[in-house]
Amino acid sequence: MVKTGISRPGTPYLLLLPGVAFLFTFFLWPIANLAQTSTQTPIAGGDTGEYEQSLRWQNYIDAFLENKEQFGRSFLYAAIATLAALAIAYPLAYAIAFKAGKMKNVLLVLVVAPFFTSFLLRTIAWKQILGEQGFVVPVLRDLHIISPATTLTSSAFAVVAGMTYNFLPFMTLPIYASIDRIDPRTLEASGDLYANGITTFRKVTLPLSMPGVVAGTLLTFIPAAGDYVNAAILGSPQTKMIGNVIESRFFKVVDYPTAAALSFTLMAAILILVTVYIRKAGTEELV
Amino acid sequence: MADKAALHGDLRLEKVTKSYGDFTAVNDLSLTIPEGSFFALLGPSGCGKTTTLRMVAGLEEPTQGKIFLGQNDITYTKPYQRPINTVFQNYALFPHLTIFENIAFGLRRRGIKDVKEPVEKALDLVELSHLAARKPTQLSGGQQQRIALARAIVNRPALLLLDEPLGALDLKLRRQMQIELKWIQKEVGITFVHVTHDQEEAMTMADTIAVMNEGEIEQLGSPADLYDNPKTAFVANFLGQSNLIKGTISGNDGDNHIVDLFGQKISLAKNRSHAVDNSIYAGIRPEKFRISRVATATSGNILSGGKIEDVSYIGVSTQYQVLMPWGQELMVFEQNDDGVAPFSVGEDVNISWEAGFTFGLRGDEDAEAGTEVNPEEIIEDDE
Repeated sequence: MVKTGISRPGTPYLLLLPGVAFLFTFFLWPIANLAQTSTQTPIAGGDTGEYEQSLRWQNYIDAFLENKEQFGRSFLYAAIATLAALAIAYPLAYAIAFKAGKMKNVLLVLVVAPFFTSFLLRTIAWKQILGEQGFVVPVLRDLHIISPATTLTSSAFAVVAGMTYNFLPFMTLPIYASIDRIDPRTLEASGDLYANGITTFRKVTLPLSMPGVVAGTLLTFIPAAGDYVNAAILGSPQTKMIGNVIESRFFKVVDYPTAAALSFTLMAAILILVTVYIRKAGTEELV
Repeated sequence: MADKAALHGDLRLEKVTKSYGDFTAVNDLSLTIPEGSFFALLGPSGCGKTTTLRMVAGLEEPTQGKIFLGQNDITYTKPYQRPINTVFQNYALFPHLTIFENIAFGLRRRGIKDVKEPVEKALDLVELSHLAARKPTQLSGGQQQRIALARAIVNRPALLLLDEPLGALDLKLRRQMQIELKWIQKEVGITFVHVTHDQEEAMTMADTIAVMNEGEIEQLGSPADLYDNPKTAFVANFLGQSNLIKGTISGNDGDNHIVDLFGQKISLAKNRSHAVDNSIYAGIRPEKFRISRVATATSGNILSGGKIEDVSYIGVSTQYQVLMPWGQELMVFEQNDDGVAPFSVGEDVNISWEAGFTFGLRGDEDAEAGTEVNPEEIIEDDE
């Protein structure tokens, strides 16, 4: 038998090499480094930012207890932003997939269009939108939805609104993709089998779009829980999230071990939540 | 929804028209489908048959006209309010539900609590009880087809619509399902309305066939009626093959017309002629022809001066192309059952047939109508 290049047993590994090398250099190595840092303690009599390894696991407990509140807030804000994004994205994705007709591609481009501007700029723009000079506050005041003394900037509302806005495309696109894949004939079949519009949505459309909903909520919730830009720009000291704490420990306080321990705790918490969520949201309901 | 079971009777379409902008898919169609019958809507792609079916199902609204089921006007009722179920072209099973839940779907929507027994009975009927726990994607095309049928039949609708239900199956499975569908229809006694472009499928299963073309019904009748005495060139060519020879009615002889075909006289029963004036097409099915080497006197019609142009032996029969003096090639199918040596290319022959097999079409028709479509080639979507 002639040996061809394709059947050489080493080829797949050779093809994997660039990817593995990248992951090792920019993911595994830094993670190991971070883990190593998380149990360090300051060198006695050393300069600020000088630490030595002493396997102090207590770092984790201290870091968590000091920042319980920010942890809780992160997950709460992320959860609210995720739900809000879902409430906006689902009807939007549904309309694009089923009702847009020729406008479909234009609308999809519009969903992605904000990405052409910097994330930071867009977040700063929300400061203007919700500010005293923006149109939102006067309108809400005129409608007596908020009192004349209430401001919207530097508030939890602004942080959540910013996050909802910033992560909306990540929610919309996967939901769109899974709704678009639904064979319209299954919806006709449902109507044919005595289900009215609402029942068809509940029993056919929604279950068939669940893969997109799960993907969208994960793509929104995970980065939202670790986000610090929205809280930094649109929030106040009272709306600090865990991302802001990690950022300030790393770059301002130069407390590397605490920042590293917080990062790991956040990662673990997200992993656990996501696992529970995927189990619950049901691979069983998915196709 | 409780009164749905009470809705039954003949399906009646009255002057139904469906237009999409300038395009008229269905044009002033009137049709009665008797309760309990197996009815086929047959026609080429784009003839309006699927649109007609979708209007009956409630998936499209007619632009004009009315649809009745028994005494009830159902023209504008929603699909879920009609006692009508559909077997969709590509089955449209719910991919997220098990086979059991797919079949139970309609029953559950009608608030029936005990679905186990009817669902199991329906699964039994299509002989797939062992697949109840599977998902649709784990089934073969033929199995999905049967599940789609079970999912519709379990609801005991007044009317079952089948939209090219066998189109995606291979030939062997299609034949088997044709027989099974016919059997199931007899078993459950529900009115079946079957849409297809496959004339053989329609003829195998249906009691009555309506041949549709360009949004209108060309002819309606039993398979034998349509085949033996087609009214139009379209029906003559779409259902099987036909030889259409241009001629003139030159006289009468009792119940028969004397027809002049390029100087040769044949007779054609008056009641089998659809001609409106003297101009006529004489139609003869290829298998009705007999070929002979000498001009033997028979009681039937005879055309002389033919020359064998082409011979194809296909086992059960031999197909000949015979060139006639006026330049037309006639198709002749001879059964290989008489031990006579086949004719060879170039032989001079005569063609004869029983006069009673001749049918007459209007002389101003397009003799090619219905031939350009090869039904076997269209398996995909209609309209």
